[in-house]
Amino acid sequence: MALTADVTGKNAKAAAPRRRPRTRVLSVGDKLFLAVLIGVPLLALLAFVWLPALASVGISFTQWDGIGLSSIHWVGLQNYKNIFTNYPPFWPAVEHNVIWMVFTALVPTPAGIFLAYQLDRKIRFSRVYQMAIFLPVVLSTAVVGFIWEIVYDPDHGLLNSVLGTNNPSGKHYIDWLGDPHLNLWAVLVASAWRHTGYVMILYLAGLKSVDPSLREAAAIDGANGRQTFLRVIVPAMKPINVTIIVVTVMESLRAFDMVYVLSGNNGSKQGLELLSLLITNNTVGESPRPGYGSALATVLLVVSLAAIVTFLVQNFRKERQA
Amino acid sequence: MTTTTATDLPKAAAPAGRPATRSRRPRGLGRHVFLALVSVGWLIPLAWALFTSLRSYSDTAEHGYLSWPHGLSFDNFSTAFDQSGMPHFFWNSLLITVPAVLLTLLFASAVAFFVSRFDFRFNIALLMLFTAGNLLPAQVIITPLYKLYLQLPLPSFLSGSGYFYDSAFGVITIHVAYQCGFCVFVLSNYMRTIPREISEAALVDGAPVWRQYFQIILPLCRPAFAALATLESIWIYNDFFWSLILMETGDKRPVTSALAGLSGEYFTNPNLIAAGALLTCIPTLLIYLVLQRHFVGGLTIGASKT
Repeated sequence: MALTADVTGKNAKAAAPRRRPRTRVLSVGDKLFLAVLIGVPLLALLAFVWLPALASVGISFTQWDGIGLSSIHWVGLQNYKNIFTNYPPFWPAVEHNVIWMVFTALVPTPAGIFLAYQLDRKIRFSRVYQMAIFLPVVLSTAVVGFIWEIVYDPDHGLLNSVLGTNNPSGKHYIDWLGDPHLNLWAVLVASAWRHTGYVMILYLAGLKSVDPSLREAAAIDGANGRQTFLRVIVPAMKPINVTIIVVTVMESLRAFDMVYVLSGNNGSKQGLELLSLLITNNTVGESPRPGYGSALATVLLVVSLAAIVTFLVQNFRKERQA
Repeated sequence: MTTTTATDLPKAAAPAGRPATRSRRPRGLGRHVFLALVSVGWLIPLAWALFTSLRSYSDTAEHGYLSWPHGLSFDNFSTAFDQSGMPHFFWNSLLITVPAVLLTLLFASAVAFFVSRFDFRFNIALLMLFTAGNLLPAQVIITPLYKLYLQLPLPSFLSGSGYFYDSAFGVITIHVAYQCGFCVFVLSNYMRTIPREISEAALVDGAPVWRQYFQIILPLCRPAFAALATLESIWIYNDFFWSLILMETGDKRPVTSALAGLSGEYFTNPNLIAAGALLTCIPTLLIYLVLQRHFVGGLTIGASKT
């Protein structure tokens, strides 16, 4: 996922004298053309994205074996009551999702911003440094999982080999991905490896879009480096800041692939429970419980929508005024 | 946007009036050391995977993985490639990625064209619907989508299974539905920068809407298309979740999600897994290295525009 910012409509200004031709009658061909090319994606979006999102909410109030439509029974809030009170992996999953988000916001995001700030000052080899740090972003999150598996492998992995902790009978044998107290942090390091480069590139683009004369003006006014950064550059980059916040929140909520791979291709390892994995396991797992899965999905939907709506409001507010 | 030019030259000729805030060597050197260390550190996991994949299993079994290699070879790559039938999975990836990217761009550009060129009441609502759809986590919709895919029939020439489920068509459909949101967002921003006068002139000349779209707007959007095509190709190729959940037959899966099955079935040692994982990266790495400007441009388009 990625986002871009700036729908501020300032570009619309460029087309200033807005003397549009009055709404004219579209020809039949025009209408047909528009109907097909807009109707198809709109239909796909509604049928395969928004309808299932709403259906998730609906199914979350039912009990269903997932086979025939006739076996659906309305159970009200029963599923929610169950997942909140007697579904052991639920609260750990919520906790891990929260840890994931907080960690991502506090470690790789500032690291990416810091690196971007260092790289922005036209230095030599900037391109080389950028490529090295950005490279993981190009890889699939699943492949990132496989690569880190080779690093974390308790017997053959790089980490244990270097630390000398790869002897199963030895005193210090560390099973990075098996130990429920360690594995989440191991996965978070792998995820940070990718996220840092992502944030770095977004921020770098933001920095480049800041009008250099702003900095000069700040310098003339006697602002020091930090003042310039906090008072001039950060506010000037508002669109990109919003984008980075949304990317950070959404990537944390939808984390799945890496954990699925790193927990041995079934996505259920103690210490690595995540909402996304619980939903999937209840959908296509060994004992599918669509009602449960949907209640979990609805929880995730509500949290996601809070972030999405914030983003939309930020982005489209000016547009509406224009 | 990522140009790096030697900037030491103008420094010497810089106006003397400027206070010498940037002391030359020491600070710059410190930054270089820091950035070089970070860069090298960043490459370690990939380098380790490459190192592992280039060694034979017997060598690592005897001497351990952290040891001086006794001969490096590409044997693991050729074994992984042949033994597991990876060419077939690459072909699957191609069959999903190419149509999905083309359809996404076609449809998204039409929606963006409409939203940015016509004064329709619900333009912004439409734009928001697409954008928000792209932001929803896939897991939020998976339970009903999975059931829907099992029910929705498809003619046999589109799907061997007879349903959306377990067919490339189904996976392409969800990619298009999902990715349109992002592309509509980017393209509508882009199209807004094209002066309205251009299409108004065409209107006055009596050009129908489809001609305006194909002959005027689309060619002008070429840079945005290049960026989005690069970005979407990599994203869709990299997809793991949709094809894992919406496809049952391992043989139909694209290479990224097939890897999960391969690692249990064929890849019996870490050296082979490393080779297999790196093989799947090759297309995206190539696309990135060749079209780097477009890839980064796609991520930052709109944000970097002033």
